[in-house]
Amino acid sequence: MLARTTTHALVGLDARRVEVEAHLQNGASAFAIVGLPDRACQEAKQRVRSGIMSAELHWPKRRLTVNLAPAELRKEGSGFDLPIALAVLAASRQVTEESLRGHAAVGELALDGRVRPVNGVLAAAEGAKQQGLSRLFCAAASAPEAALAGIEPVPLHHLAEAASYLRGEWQPKPFEEPPELPAPGGLEDLADVRGQERARRALELAAAGGHNLLLGGPPGTGKTMLARRLPGILPPLTREEALEVTRIHSVAGLLPPGRPLVTGPPFRAPHHTASAPAIVGGGSGPRPGEASLAHRGVLFLDELAEFPRPTLEALRQPLEDGVISIARVEGRALFPARFQLVAAMNLCPCGARGDPSAECRCSAQRLSAYRDKLSRALLDRFDLLVTVPRPRAVELAGAPAEASDRVRERVVMARERLRHGRLSRSEAADELLSRAVERLPLSARGRARVARVAATVAALAESEQVDLEHVAEALSFRTPNELAAAA
Amino acid sequence: MTGRVTEATAGVRRLRRAGFPELLRQIHDPPRVLYLRGAGEVELLARPAVAIVGARACSPYGSQVARMLGRELAAVGLVVVSGLARGVDGEAHRGALEAEGVTVAVLGCGIDRDYPAAHRDLARRICERGLVVSEYGPGVEPAPWRFPARNRIIAGLTAATVIVEARERSGALITADFALEDGREVFAVPGEITGSLAAGTNRLLRQGATPLTSAADVLEVFGLGVLPASQPPTLGENATRVLELLAESPATADELARATGFDAGPLAAALTELELAGLVGEADGRYRGVRPPN
Repeated sequence: MLARTTTHALVGLDARRVEVEAHLQNGASAFAIVGLPDRACQEAKQRVRSGIMSAELHWPKRRLTVNLAPAELRKEGSGFDLPIALAVLAASRQVTEESLRGHAAVGELALDGRVRPVNGVLAAAEGAKQQGLSRLFCAAASAPEAALAGIEPVPLHHLAEAASYLRGEWQPKPFEEPPELPAPGGLEDLADVRGQERARRALELAAAGGHNLLLGGPPGTGKTMLARRLPGILPPLTREEALEVTRIHSVAGLLPPGRPLVTGPPFRAPHHTASAPAIVGGGSGPRPGEASLAHRGVLFLDELAEFPRPTLEALRQPLEDGVISIARVEGRALFPARFQLVAAMNLCPCGARGDPSAECRCSAQRLSAYRDKLSRALLDRFDLLVTVPRPRAVELAGAPAEASDRVRERVVMARERLRHGRLSRSEAADELLSRAVERLPLSARGRARVARVAATVAALAESEQVDLEHVAEALSFRTPNELAAAA
Repeated sequence: MTGRVTEATAGVRRLRRAGFPELLRQIHDPPRVLYLRGAGEVELLARPAVAIVGARACSPYGSQVARMLGRELAAVGLVVVSGLARGVDGEAHRGALEAEGVTVAVLGCGIDRDYPAAHRDLARRICERGLVVSEYGPGVEPAPWRFPARNRIIAGLTAATVIVEARERSGALITADFALEDGREVFAVPGEITGSLAAGTNRLLRQGATPLTSAADVLEVFGLGVLPASQPPTLGENATRVLELLAESPATADELARATGFDAGPLAAALTELELAGLVGEADGRYRGVRPPN
């Protein structure tokens, strides 16, 4: 007796349809899973058997073969438990195969038959939706996530519920879209940053124009503090963007419980000891790296010069294309990675450089080795470079500065203006830009970046065109002399 | 003099002692030969020259002063001589090149080497109009003891030596000692008495070196007048105010914002205007005027 169910395996963020076939034959009791299952998937045998028995359903004591087709696709993870269990129930005629039609399933089984949520439900639900399936069996906790794909979830707490549903004995409560949750509070506020007007200005420009920002300066001057406040002044994600981000975070298993949709721009701050695959993505069944997790948000690299150079160079491709492509024998996985890069670094290995109260003792060799870590090509990709000096005591004792909410209003307005098309440059502005290219070490890309920042300055100033002073301000955030001289 | 120049290897000329410029021949221990490369004529070694030397790990202030001196002294036709090292030396060469002047680099290794390697491009630009010289023939490795020996040539080629920044026991002080022994003028740029980068130069000043306050001090030695007055650039109102403040002391952008009351945007625009006019330089987040106030 043969029965089939449908589920989805993830290749990167893509859901591939997988047919789960269960075949019962006469013979000694046995259970085999074929079709390139990984270890977790292979162990489904124990969970499925215990789960079915705990649900007070019958475990067929015959020769049972489960095939996961297509056979050449690697099947990873525990999400196959539920579809395998359903196929077994259908093959043993405890539920009818017809009742399974139009349904997909994804979920892990506990030994007592409860259904547990798994990662990547949104992507799986989208795959099911695309293939014309109308309902998705999943853990109750995953139901809101599945509903985002526009498919009707069948939220399950226990395998027994699935059996009674398929026999027409039980209907889940009609699924209700959870109320739109307010953006998670507790985001750090810019009002906490005293002084540092120039760095705040750079942060605002970065937010308004989506520019990459490099903060340099001695330790303890608030570089990290500033960077952490960038998401708080970014506009909220559009529905479309939120779905993209949620899909990635779901695959990585990072969705906080009870909050199926990521609504705010993500902020990722990998440590500098993280490996290159951890940052750009990779692994045998490719997984999104920090760069993809920061999609539509901020990737913050603290102590930039401590990152291994290959890791930094690997970031150049996504910075340009907004996507990371990972080639594997089974095919290519594409991960979106359109993030805003914010980095912080000291001005020298000992950290004293730029601090008027300390003297740098780094030798010329150490200093140049430190700077050589950052290739010219990478530095070129930062639109805004700003040195964060040590604030004076009077600044620290000053009144709280402008709060994030007010800055965000300006950012949202500027983004709106920038979306409406390019601002033209006045003649004087053009002339200044050309003069600057002659005087400063600016590459063609550097020039284009200055022009983009100038447009952002103009948009924030609510100007109709890019004027002289806008270009002048953009130029003040170009590569600092020190770094340029080292290259 | 030209008759004694022979070709050593491709592009390298060899100059015997008899062909040395007068000043170099007078020193206590002149080299036996001098190797030269670059497009400059041998005669330019005999032109009025000034040495600008100092710390390799110099401060932003030091590098700005070195560049300003290199530029202003080369602009009036002096040959700027230095050692191609990082820091002050390199900035002095760059300043001279900026003014489209002539500069000479004296190496402490074989004439065919560019040492440090990071200054390969700088050496190439020096060679376009000036000279790279060394007493060591092709193939000689850089060695610690060769650099002090090199310094006697730097001092020997010039009528005046300027020390921009030097720590206690700096190589630049050796150059100053050679210059004093040979009876040349020695200038030192005064620095903060609390900073170790000025310890060497301040000691020189105590011992009687001439404090350098502007390029004109050096020009006096050569009987040259002050620099031809350059057209003062017309500055905006904001830029003028910022320049006034920077003439008092270096400051960060935030300090300037507080002192002027300007918003971050207009202030940044004013700073760029001043930087492009060559009046202000930025390093490590601090802006400073790069010309002595009038």
